[in-house]
Amino acid sequence: MRARSYFVGAAFALLAGGIGHSAVAEDIKIGEINSYSLLPSFTEPYRKGWQLAVEEINAAGGINGKKLVVISKDDGGKPADAQTAANELVSSEGVAMLTGTFLSNIGLAVSDFANQKKVFFLAAEPLTDAVTWAKGNKYTFRLRPSNYMQAAMLVEAASKLPAKRWATIAPNYEYGQSAVAVFKKLMSEKRPDIQWVDEQWPPQGKIDAGPVVQAVAQANPEAILNVTFGPDLVKLVREGNTRGLFKGREVVSFLTGEPEYLDPLKDETPEGWIVTGYPWYSLKTPEHDAFLKAYQAKYNDYPRLGSIVGYQTIKAAAAILAKAGSTDTDKMIAAAEGLSMPSPFGEITFRKIDHQSTLGAFVGKTAQKDGKGVMVDFAYKKGSDYLPSDAEVEKLRPKD
Amino acid sequence: MAFYVVQFLTGLASAASLFLVASGLSIIFGVTRIVNFAHGAFYMIGAYIAFTLTERFSGAFGFWGGVVVAALAVALIGVLVEMVLLRRIYHAPELFQLLGTFGLTLMVEDLVVLIWGPDDLVGRRAPGFKGAVDFFGQNIPSYDLFLIALGPVVLGILWLLFQRTRWGVLVRAATQDRDMVAALGVNQKWLFTSVFAVGVFLAALGGALQIPRDAVHHAMDLRIIVEVFVVVVIGGLGSIVGAFVAAVLVSELNAFGILIFPKISIILVFLVMAVVLIVRPWGLFGKPEAAARKTPGLTVNPWRPLTSNERLAALAALVIAAMLPLFAGNYALTVGSEIAIFVIFAVSLHFLMSVGGLASFGHAAYFGLGAYGVAFLAKMAGLPMIVCLLLGPLLGCMGAAVFGFFAVQLSGVYFAMLTLAFAQIVWSIAFQWVSVTGGDNGVLGVWPASWAASPSHFYWLALGVAALVTVALRVMVFSPFGYALRATRDSLLRSEAVGINAKRIQWTAFVIAGTTAGIGGALFAYLKGSVFPDNLGISLSVDALVMVLLGGVETVSGGVIGAIVYKALNIWLVSQTDLSKLVLGGFIVLIVVVFPKGIVGMLEMLAQRHRKSSPPGSSLLAKPIESAE
Repeated sequence: MRARSYFVGAAFALLAGGIGHSAVAEDIKIGEINSYSLLPSFTEPYRKGWQLAVEEINAAGGINGKKLVVISKDDGGKPADAQTAANELVSSEGVAMLTGTFLSNIGLAVSDFANQKKVFFLAAEPLTDAVTWAKGNKYTFRLRPSNYMQAAMLVEAASKLPAKRWATIAPNYEYGQSAVAVFKKLMSEKRPDIQWVDEQWPPQGKIDAGPVVQAVAQANPEAILNVTFGPDLVKLVREGNTRGLFKGREVVSFLTGEPEYLDPLKDETPEGWIVTGYPWYSLKTPEHDAFLKAYQAKYNDYPRLGSIVGYQTIKAAAAILAKAGSTDTDKMIAAAEGLSMPSPFGEITFRKIDHQSTLGAFVGKTAQKDGKGVMVDFAYKKGSDYLPSDAEVEKLRPKD
Repeated sequence: MAFYVVQFLTGLASAASLFLVASGLSIIFGVTRIVNFAHGAFYMIGAYIAFTLTERFSGAFGFWGGVVVAALAVALIGVLVEMVLLRRIYHAPELFQLLGTFGLTLMVEDLVVLIWGPDDLVGRRAPGFKGAVDFFGQNIPSYDLFLIALGPVVLGILWLLFQRTRWGVLVRAATQDRDMVAALGVNQKWLFTSVFAVGVFLAALGGALQIPRDAVHHAMDLRIIVEVFVVVVIGGLGSIVGAFVAAVLVSELNAFGILIFPKISIILVFLVMAVVLIVRPWGLFGKPEAAARKTPGLTVNPWRPLTSNERLAALAALVIAAMLPLFAGNYALTVGSEIAIFVIFAVSLHFLMSVGGLASFGHAAYFGLGAYGVAFLAKMAGLPMIVCLLLGPLLGCMGAAVFGFFAVQLSGVYFAMLTLAFAQIVWSIAFQWVSVTGGDNGVLGVWPASWAASPSHFYWLALGVAALVTVALRVMVFSPFGYALRATRDSLLRSEAVGINAKRIQWTAFVIAGTTAGIGGALFAYLKGSVFPDNLGISLSVDALVMVLLGGVETVSGGVIGAIVYKALNIWLVSQTDLSKLVLGGFIVLIVVVFPKGIVGMLEMLAQRHRKSSPPGSSLLAKPIESAE
């Protein structure tokens, strides 16, 4: 019996090993990893976004004349599986760089892998500050505005509110914990008079919204910080609406303006929340118009924030590869540091100091229009304006 | 004061939703003994279908009609599943049905996204129950009041059904002793089908009724399945009243617990279960399980050590496997290492399950503890790799010693659920104790020393350890200790009568299995270079169960094959297709139907038949592989 087992193993191994050698030598290959099966509401638009980017790049002649190929893998939401995928992409597919990931712990796992194997990694979505700071390394870059940046953007608006008694509701995992911690720290610096009267930590994906809403209401805060998103947000909003939690209270909320999370709320969308997000329907810049037109023409659907992230990730990867003129890791790092490029949100730069891009976010207020949630009174906040000073960043980041 | 009343009512509303789903699970388990992993999937399909119907047909009639029709439709699907799939495997070894329903769950998760799209869906509010009722300045949603009333109503209907109808009498009789019911001439087939339909109906109704409160999405099933299992076990298996009381207990403890400890929700149900099971080994309202009449399958085909021919064949296989680095690339070698590690993990659980008859639902705890042990030693103490590998698994050993002591006091599903509770407690510690474990961001940078860093060296290391562990456990199976352990599995009373200290033997086996899993975890930490709470999570425990069941519980080393097939297939499918869950689930369901004794179990049976029809010597030479068990 054991004999058979090893034959099977060997057969699979051969099969797996064989796949890698079939691609054409002249193509430039990029490996992409995301939680496709776990988070389809984000990753489907995300996939459409990067596919559009690949199409545009190749239609314009590829990268320095070479065709760009993206090989995409699912990590199922598990860091260990993400590393298996990363390994396959690097060892077997021979990709020039790794991109993607959504969850913070997966972003960190792949970043650690990149550091160990000396591979270039462009993190798309993971928000944890650790990716570029506490656990940053020279091989890892990140596109999206980090937790810290989004918190700083929200604090700018929140600190102007008269409210003094604040409560927080956040999912009980690293993202929620660090979002609350940064928000509290920056907020208390600007407004020492603020009191934090209650905090609720429902498990991610498993909020029992009724008791949570009731508990927050009991503390009688004047304002609430929310970090939940997805199905948890829906439950929270529904219970909060019915129980009148949000009446007469200011609410500041991470990510809620992103179409992924705002659209499901439909006619239950609460009015007047201060949120970060992506109001694609009201943007009137030429860069965004071009993107929107191309996206809608190709998919007959509107973009979500995931579409932007996917699109810009591959665009950025291509810009880095084009400038480096090589798939050598060190040359790509040198090319990426300080590299500026256009994006649907305007020009962005990958900072040399911490490898964070200056892509920003929109901060505005939620409202209802024709039974749908929208963002109004919004402004684009540039990422570069919401990062700590270079001296502070130096302290946060380990030396390479 | 008004606040506490409202909080209490809110807790009751949560309890009602939980009870609906849990009662169905409890009924199904009580009669058919099926651990229905797909119960959450039926709950989810109920919500999806109800969403479609209520969106389509407006008005009060459209909404309530839609909810009921959705539940009926899903019950029909349930009947189909029972007749096509489960009926074929009632006589398979215990827990094998879990494998089939697990496969179904995987398929459903992909199917709902294919049918209803990836977006979260938010349905209508219930007509007539849109607002809130004012209670001394506090708002209570009227839909909550509806749910609070519905819970006891459903409980009452079920009670009447079981106490006052002939069908109910038969169901209760079957719950107590299904062989006797069959012997008395009751058509079990239809009894089981009807029970399954009622259970699924309740699950789907529970899902459909979530529409006004929740978003409908593709992960609803996993969110609820573990929790309802816990509720059913706390209440006592097969007891509907128990399920109700347990649902209320858990929900109220959560509603008031978060006022004092806002982070308690993540672990509360498991803490309650652990405490209840330690104090009351059969749940609040459960009765001791009647001594099951063992299927004779275990004794027909007695185990024996390998013959020398088979040993040579196994050795040859090992040598061939060791030659993999000569022709395979780095990726294949890393996958090979991962498979070898999962072989270690699977054989450790297999040892506990097949030799000890103790099915653990929380075996990943010891795997993960081994991994964390290595991570602590390597990152905090800075010890060299070889020392870490030797000492790391001790953390798994210690965990198994502590938890195993309590767990072996129980048996059957209660044992399984207590191990699950312990695993979740360990998981939540790893998840919450950010300053030590790094929380869900894990411990990074646990990379192997240079002598083991190259994929081929690491592969040899993992393969060597896997082979050693497999051999060591086999030796143990055929040692006096192994015979004693098998005696406690086959008949607790008789084994104690001949002077075997059953609990101590089982405890020892638990510690051995836990330590072995810890060895696997230690290697895993170095393979991945990092350790996350995932490494102790439920999904990894389920993976281990699936591997063992796939290989065949009634075999000596079926876990080896189960691990290789499942892990290789999983890695390959995830890499090749976007619908990996659908394909993998379909494959598992197929295996369940075609090989109801597991892959190795089935091969053995074929070999057995073959041997009977030909002289034994030649058969051994001709088929050294299949008959190795």
